[in-house]
Amino acid sequence: MSIVKTAQGVGASLPRLEDDRLLRGRGRFIADIKLPGMLDVAFVRSPVAHARVRSVAKPGQMAGSVFVSADLVGVSGIRADSGLPGFKSSVEPILAWDKVRFVGEPLAACVAGSRAEAEDIADLVMLELDELPAISEMTRACDADAPLVHEGWSENVFLETFVETNFAVAEKADLKVSRVLRTARQHMAPMEGRGVVAYWDAHVEQLVVYSSTQMPHIVRNGLAECLGCPQGMIRVVAPDVGGGFGYKGILLREEVCLAYLAMHLKRPMRWIEDRREQLTGNANCREHHYEITGYANRDGTLVAVDCEAIVDSGAYSLYPFSACLEAAQIASILPGPYSFAGYRCHTRSIASNKPPILPYRGVARTGVCFAMEVLMDLLAREIGMDPVAFRMKNLAQPEEMPFTNITNKFFDSGDYPESLRRCVAAIDLEGVRARQLAGEPDGRRIGVGFSVYCEQGAHGTSVYSGWGIPMVPGFEQANARLTPDGGLELRVGVQSHGQSLETTLAQVACEVLGIDPHKVKVVHGDTAITPYSTGTWGSRCMVMAGGAVAAACDVLAERVRAIAAHLLQADPADIVLGDGKATCGAGEISFQDVAKVWYRRPQDLPAHVDPAGLEVTQGYKPLRDSGTFSYASHAAVVAVDPATGGIEILDYAIVEDGGVLVNPMVVDGQIYGGAAQGIGTALYEEMLYNKEGQPLAATLADYHLPGAVEMPNIKLEHMETPSPLSRFGQKGLGEGGAIGPPAAIANAINDALASFGIEMLELPITPARVRASLANVKAQA
Amino acid sequence: MKPAPFAYHIASTADAAAAALARAEGRAKPMAGGQSLGPMLNLRLARPELLVDLSNTPDLQGAQVEDDAIVYGACVTHAQIEDCVVPDPTPGWLSAAARHIAYRAVRNRGTIGGSLAHADPAADWVNIMMALGSSVLVAGPGGARAIAASQFMTGSYTTALAPDEIIAGLRILRRTPDARWGYWKFCRKAGDFAQASASVLVDAQRGDICILIGAIETTPAFLSDPEEILAGRRSIRDAVAQALPGRGDEGLGLHVAAVTRALAIARGERD
Repeated sequence: MSIVKTAQGVGASLPRLEDDRLLRGRGRFIADIKLPGMLDVAFVRSPVAHARVRSVAKPGQMAGSVFVSADLVGVSGIRADSGLPGFKSSVEPILAWDKVRFVGEPLAACVAGSRAEAEDIADLVMLELDELPAISEMTRACDADAPLVHEGWSENVFLETFVETNFAVAEKADLKVSRVLRTARQHMAPMEGRGVVAYWDAHVEQLVVYSSTQMPHIVRNGLAECLGCPQGMIRVVAPDVGGGFGYKGILLREEVCLAYLAMHLKRPMRWIEDRREQLTGNANCREHHYEITGYANRDGTLVAVDCEAIVDSGAYSLYPFSACLEAAQIASILPGPYSFAGYRCHTRSIASNKPPILPYRGVARTGVCFAMEVLMDLLAREIGMDPVAFRMKNLAQPEEMPFTNITNKFFDSGDYPESLRRCVAAIDLEGVRARQLAGEPDGRRIGVGFSVYCEQGAHGTSVYSGWGIPMVPGFEQANARLTPDGGLELRVGVQSHGQSLETTLAQVACEVLGIDPHKVKVVHGDTAITPYSTGTWGSRCMVMAGGAVAAACDVLAERVRAIAAHLLQADPADIVLGDGKATCGAGEISFQDVAKVWYRRPQDLPAHVDPAGLEVTQGYKPLRDSGTFSYASHAAVVAVDPATGGIEILDYAIVEDGGVLVNPMVVDGQIYGGAAQGIGTALYEEMLYNKEGQPLAATLADYHLPGAVEMPNIKLEHMETPSPLSRFGQKGLGEGGAIGPPAAIANAINDALASFGIEMLELPITPARVRASLANVKAQA
Repeated sequence: MKPAPFAYHIASTADAAAAALARAEGRAKPMAGGQSLGPMLNLRLARPELLVDLSNTPDLQGAQVEDDAIVYGACVTHAQIEDCVVPDPTPGWLSAAARHIAYRAVRNRGTIGGSLAHADPAADWVNIMMALGSSVLVAGPGGARAIAASQFMTGSYTTALAPDEIIAGLRILRRTPDARWGYWKFCRKAGDFAQASASVLVDAQRGDICILIGAIETTPAFLSDPEEILAGRRSIRDAVAQALPGRGDEGLGLHVAAVTRALAIARGERD
């Protein structure tokens, strides 16, 4: 079969098709949806981190506008268990009734004609709470006198995991380095918060839930389970979504609550999360604590790694990813792209009186990369070896590909040392070292640091079935329909909220079918009109939905070819598709004419035409679904001011291998955006809690996000080693940018401050922490 | 995050605003650009019964040129100062400082009078107006009065204003290019509140010399014996320690760095 290559298919930096709508303000986000008679909902949220609820009293004159747990008749709480042995189960009540377990937990829903009025009513709801001691520090959660977040549990641990492989080799290593490292609790801060609009459509007897979500089909599963109603009675629609990053990969209590209220009050209901709710009630990712030891020989061989990791998983296990994904993932991904002989890792997912955690862009990889790559630098220093050379020696080598590492991760392809070599060149390591020796006229200290990581993407059934969580991805499906005018509609169950899928999936169709991407309409985010999908997460869309679109277009191409051959009186094998038409020698027929015959002049169809016509739903899964492995090397040059602790990123380089890039411009955007978030993790973002479990940053004046000024001009280079597993050799890469920066920046800062004898091992590395470390060293001197 | 209910009054003159505040007997708040009060209303941390909007009050706008000074209306925005839409009584110092206040969106709405009335210890104008010896012009039912900027802020978020008084304007003395000036602040990121700030003014013509540290959780403080510091005969650290009693070495470091850098700027040794 033949296709004419076009300049708009796989590999083209096609401008984004969704930009015209989004940049001209014509997108429709959740808060843009206005329905006649719509009511606004404000939640009464717990002001304390841990308490027994004695009563939630409705204000007399407004009692009809306030709903508490007992009013949600027949509604079940949200349960997200893992099948891993020893997992302790928790149930998130839709509205808390017996206990509250973190500040911000919803206790009552107040309904009014506007949000301001709903908040006025919320002000009048009286809470009687018997406050209990709270767990706000994960390292104290298993103390003998620690209060229990969930009564009936033996200790505040959702899950413990332990892996050990050949660890005895560690004994024979020449040297070891041990450190305690820590990452801060963050919140993902999408520009648009969460939000829900729900109404009862009496005409079709269906509950319609608009939600700012990454996974409408999974939300429908969860809603049906909690509400106890058939799935056919529920339609979930994700409109334009202003950023997800994992924050919207969840079934929300607010979704369940609004769905119930809409069904029973028969009025459209709206809840739009405000920034305070987002910051205080939902700061929910990335809080890791590592006690890590690396073993190495003096010749630069990394021998073994030993790690005790704990993650503060917060108060509940969230649907669908559960409370244990993050910590348990640490054990399996810590070794990363390095080849070594002995490994031991013990992880615990701690329950605390904080918001439950969600997997944030990069999931556990950002913390793991920080722990492992800082350790690599410290080991290199202990050996007396250059950190780059130490990495080169221990990275998986290109001739070992496909490489299976010590935790049985299957690295499908790539040349890791080459990405590091190119990164060293891009950052001009020699030049930086020379500048370092010369010293800075303003007294600042210069440092350079590297990090290398891999990003497993689009991992499927074989990986997720092991977790035993409520959601296991299987075959991904796409529906492709040639419309009567020769255009193409693609229907996919994944959801695009910044991934540019309206463009890149059209490019895939262009590649396979030879149709102009501008004639392709990608329909997504609606359970009523798209195939089932677990949604957009885990860097999976380009591999899975891209593969499914290609598979559907393959079949559609055959059917177009059959009809065209009949009309051109040619052999289907001689038909070439491209440029929106079917060609055979001098004869040609446009897709529009082919479609016209199928839809409007069936009398002209061949006798034995495929009755399924010009509409195809096809499923796809790579033959091996352990995931594609994209990877990158990051390098940072920083200047640290010892007088203020101020840190400036002077230069930053990334050499990334994302396999075959479907749209290089879109990939660049993904990497820049991810890197900005990684810089936030490294230097700015931190949600502190006091010992009573009160969040200490209620606005963005206190929770520091990096802005445009804080972003360096990143030097970005690509390698394109095709994945042998995916349709076009593409790899999942949406998360990678966020993984590398904390490690590279921390290593650069530690390089800059090495002469002071200081190591910064806690994220974010703030000026105050640098000043404190310097003062500490001075005090000891 | 929506405000509690309040009544809303648009003041047509400064005196009318003060009269409206007086009638409300302490249950009203004046609002200029709303860049601090707006979020506090939304968070329901401020719950005035009446909001008196000053942002369209003509006699609080613009600048008046006097022989020795320029008087800014209280509702002159940071952006107007940044863009030199109003004349700068200094050789560009105010415009340069305004450029680094928060973000442009805040500067478009936020006002110099509002900033002083809010009296956030980390605010730029609080520090700079004190260092430049400006006067705060106040309107109220008791009549107009002028308060020295150094006497105006009485502590963190508190001022010498009576509940029925508003700031009408600021009289800022003219400075010539012969005068030396340095202002430096430390922020975690662009647009953030300062964690330390320092002003240095050496105006031989007027005989003004001062070093002022800000973002110290209360009213900015003048360092004693600034001449000695400038001459290098008194240690900056000692002077800062004297101004901030009870703070350990770590708590002083950032303020010492701020003074050191403001001095270097005043001496033309750094930007």
